[in-house]
Amino acid sequence: MLTYIGRRLVYSFIMLVLVSFVSFIIIELPPGDYLTQKLQELQARGDRSAEMRIEEYRARYGLDKPLMERYWIWISNFIKGDFGESFEYERPVAELLGQRLGMTVILALSTLLVTWVIAIPVGVYSATHQYSTGDQIITTLSFIGLGMPSFLLALLVLFFAVMVLDQDIGGLFSREFADAPWSWAKVWNLLKHLWIPTLIGAVTGTAGLVRIMRGNLLETLGQPFVEAARARGLKNRTVTWKHAVRVAINPLIVILGTEAFPSIIVGNTLMAVVLNLPTIGPLYINALVGQDMYMAGTILVFIVGMIMLGSLLADIALAALDPRIRLE
Amino acid sequence: MEPLVEVKNLNVEFDVRDGIVHAVDGVSFTVHRGRTLGVIGESGCGKSITAKTIMQMVPKPGEITSGEVLFHYRDKYDPEGDIEVINITNLDPDGRRIRKIRGGEIGMIFQEPMSSLTPVYTSGTLIGEALHLHRLVPKTVGEEMAQNIKEYRHVTDEEAREISIEMLRKVGIPKPEQRVDSYAHQLSGGQRQRVMIAIALSCRPAMLIADEPTTALDVSIEAQILDLMADLQETVDMAIMFITHDLGVIAEVADEIVVMYMGKQVETADATELYYNPLHPYTRALLKSIPQIGKRSTQRLASIKGMVPDPFNLPSGCVFHPRCPEYMPGKCDRIVPKWTEVEEGHYARCLLYEEV
Ligand SMILES: Nc1ncnc2c1ncn2[C@@H]1O[C@H](COP(=O)(O)OP(=O)(O)OP(=O)(O)O)[C@@H](O)[C@H]1O
Ligand SMILES: [Mg+2]
Repeated sequence: MLTYIGRRLVYSFIMLVLVSFVSFIIIELPPGDYLTQKLQELQARGDRSAEMRIEEYRARYGLDKPLMERYWIWISNFIKGDFGESFEYERPVAELLGQRLGMTVILALSTLLVTWVIAIPVGVYSATHQYSTGDQIITTLSFIGLGMPSFLLALLVLFFAVMVLDQDIGGLFSREFADAPWSWAKVWNLLKHLWIPTLIGAVTGTAGLVRIMRGNLLETLGQPFVEAARARGLKNRTVTWKHAVRVAINPLIVILGTEAFPSIIVGNTLMAVVLNLPTIGPLYINALVGQDMYMAGTILVFIVGMIMLGSLLADIALAALDPRIRLE
Repeated sequence: MEPLVEVKNLNVEFDVRDGIVHAVDGVSFTVHRGRTLGVIGESGCGKSITAKTIMQMVPKPGEITSGEVLFHYRDKYDPEGDIEVINITNLDPDGRRIRKIRGGEIGMIFQEPMSSLTPVYTSGTLIGEALHLHRLVPKTVGEEMAQNIKEYRHVTDEEAREISIEMLRKVGIPKPEQRVDSYAHQLSGGQRQRVMIAIALSCRPAMLIADEPTTALDVSIEAQILDLMADLQETVDMAIMFITHDLGVIAEVADEIVVMYMGKQVETADATELYYNPLHPYTRALLKSIPQIGKRSTQRLASIKGMVPDPFNLPSGCVFHPRCPEYMPGKCDRIVPKWTEVEEGHYARCLLYEEV
């Protein structure tokens, strides 16, 4: 068991190094780096001193060094916790991410919580009442939810709030609280804003999870051990939850690990852009568009790291929950 | 002989997309206390559905359209008490009464031992689940175990574990102290069926329904399980309803046999009577298909000609007539045979024994 986890960690590390390298190259691939663009901009403005500033930048970020060397500098500092500097913000990536990490995690966890708390019981109801009116309503709604991109939903909600309620619902704080120190009032203000992106973000995940839970449970309910449990004199409710759901839910743990875990870092990026949320998602998109390499590379490495950590934790949890599975 | 379960003119229908299937079509029989009833028929003839009806567990979209299942209930913890006749078909399928009968009064073991145990629980947990529901032990006051105590309490976790180990030993599982903590995937098919038997018998039911308990097992394991059931029945006073598609299997164990074909009961008689004097051509054909020692091995086993008919397109008249070696044209394809007592206690549904 421990050797297994050790081995997985080693693989993950190798994987991370590879991913960081590949992502570094890919981000670098499109013609012109961040500074070339900036240079062109400055020249277009006819700024004479621009050339000198550019040279200064080049030296500072080691841009005239070959690719391999730059990668090496970045990755070796990375391990020490220095992720490099963002070109666009001209501040350390670690600092920029740190500012937004808290809110990102809070939003991701609240979305996850809402998703699972709603999806599991609804999926169970849907499966145990197959083809009933309730099941049909749930099925229809979940297909709509699956097909509805959350940024579109966010746009609709935003539009509705502004046009009908005359309220600005973007962001996670009201203006007066944005830079205020933490207080109960600020927490309350956060909660008042948080539920909107939480619910919007939970729609797609919930719809998908309901479908999966329903399918898994229907399959499990058809298994002979369910009938055998009923024949022992158990209540239907006990049979459903203690026997069928307990078995049907195991595969969902993999989903929790591989999908939900990375979402803690980037979450629902497009929705975050639309709703102007202070999370890491919008930062990531900006960095990719603007070829802000160190920023983009860092976030990418973290996403991949979370995926690998998530799947390792999922495997461990699965082994703990399902006696048929052994880690070797 | 005391009746325990009386099935009377039972009809179960499945309304599926292609039409209505009469899975059970007018079946009547009685299981007596401590005796064994064999139910036999080809695959799909309605044996399992009949058994599930007795448990009030007809799967969707099945429905009991008529008939009744009478259970003669006697509180096993109060042997002097009166017998109460309960019509199981009238009970709420998830109600308290039927849940007391399921597992507590009627135990059931299934066709698929490989997947009848919940994979995430140990055999001890599963037996314990049944024990906590149905098994009562006398209340003891201090040290003295009063003789005439009529007060009972539920078992504790430790007692449940002890009883589980004892049950596993009884059904012939080696090292029961260890096996009590085994999961299904750590047991062989035969052992899983033994665990199922242990669960079913742990609460001392008045009847055990064994639905093809050995169909999925090897022949040698099959023989072991059959021996085990015969042994257990001798030690506990329990009726068995033994379902099979193999007449050879119930030859020795059954006292009485019900033969089914396409949801219909075609013949019922004492086991010996049925073997030596089969009346229905279908029963005769089934008997001919049993391999017998002494017959020349060059002789091929007889098989029943033709195919099982389409349940949505049943033949007119007697449903067996297209396959029947004694088919009487003009009669069998026109007239539906009635349930007739041909000899005393020997019933058949065949026009050979009707004046028409
Ligand atoms: N869940 C169901 N939905 C629809 N029809 C069903 C269902 N279960 C059983 N039936 C119908 O009832 C008939 C009898 O089924 P049953 O399971 O009782 O057969 P059986 O005699 O136990 O056969 P086997 O030897 O294969 O176990 C089947 O032919 C089938 O058409
Ligand atoms: Mg069956």
